[in-house]
Amino acid sequence: MNIIWVILIAVSIVAAFWTGGLEAVTRAMFDGAKAAVEISLFLLGIVSLWLGITKIIEDSGLIYRISHTFRPLITRLFRTVPPDHPAITSITLNMLANFFGLGNAATPLGIKAMQDLQTLNEDKDSLTFEMMLFIVLNTASVQLIPFTVVGILSDFGSANPSVIVFPTIICTVISAIIAVCVLLIFRILMK
Amino acid sequence: MKTFSFISQLAIPAFILFAVLYGAFKKVRVYDSFVGGARDGIQIIFKIFPYLLAIFVAVKAFQASGAFDLLRQALSGSFAACGIPPEVLSVALIKPLSGSASTAIFIDIVRTTGPDSLASMISAVIIGSAETTFFVLAVYLGAVNIRRTKYLVPVCLIADGVGIIIAIAVVKLMLR
Repeated sequence: MNIIWVILIAVSIVAAFWTGGLEAVTRAMFDGAKAAVEISLFLLGIVSLWLGITKIIEDSGLIYRISHTFRPLITRLFRTVPPDHPAITSITLNMLANFFGLGNAATPLGIKAMQDLQTLNEDKDSLTFEMMLFIVLNTASVQLIPFTVVGILSDFGSANPSVIVFPTIICTVISAIIAVCVLLIFRILMK
Repeated sequence: MKTFSFISQLAIPAFILFAVLYGAFKKVRVYDSFVGGARDGIQIIFKIFPYLLAIFVAVKAFQASGAFDLLRQALSGSFAACGIPPEVLSVALIKPLSGSASTAIFIDIVRTTGPDSLASMISAVIIGSAETTFFVLAVYLGAVNIRRTKYLVPVCLIADGVGIIIAIAVVKLMLR
């Protein structure tokens, strides 16, 4: 992330110098700071909401039933996570939310999953393989129906907006599989 | 399609209702549990905020600098040579950086090229099947305050690139 950040900042300011858009870049940076505050406030609301809901299902024991149902699948992917660990449930809930396109629920549950995975981490300053796998699966965005996109297409009078649904599912599945393969290749190469 | 959208709308309220009723049935003090759980939210956001700030400032600056246009001009020739509409490039480049910006560009493509054009179809599949990688990285890494990310970032970037190629290929094969 360090290199990416340096590149983004350096390229932006040099390019702005080149094209004479320095003022615009300065303004954009302050806009970005403002946007970060707005997104954080929004996240504060939904993250707290979902932490509240997950606490209820933890206290009532429902969480163990949910994780029990999906345990075979999730433990196969996340091998070093003990089957009774809360991370199994938060990963499951995050993936279900992603699958149904519920972004507002997926992000908070994903944050919880990362924190649950961190409790299993021996070196608190480095990512574990399970964390990387979890993030990679999230950035591949396995989603059943892309509602926003279909909505926009139909708003503009598409003949058949849902024609893109099947190709999208195929793409998302193939790219998720490839993403995991790339991760595995890197793991072997970096050993 | 209607049924799917209905299920999706129903999912969250139904889940919350079930969670609350099940808790009450199991004699849990549901209200106190909720408040207790929600209390942790503010600490998490405190942790994530600096990461979000860093990424938003960099991404916004990058968008405003014109670097994006230079990159697009450099690449659009090779895109056109492969028979890919140049508009797709904008979506492909901006999607990992910003969700709202990519949606805005997508709306613009649909408006200018029509909702059933090849450019609209490919962009739609890219938006539907990709994720705003940098936002996910900032939030999820921020949540655990981890500095050493090993090889995660290159993996995500390679996966994004491959995902875009797959989206173009699948649309060309299936819809044209």
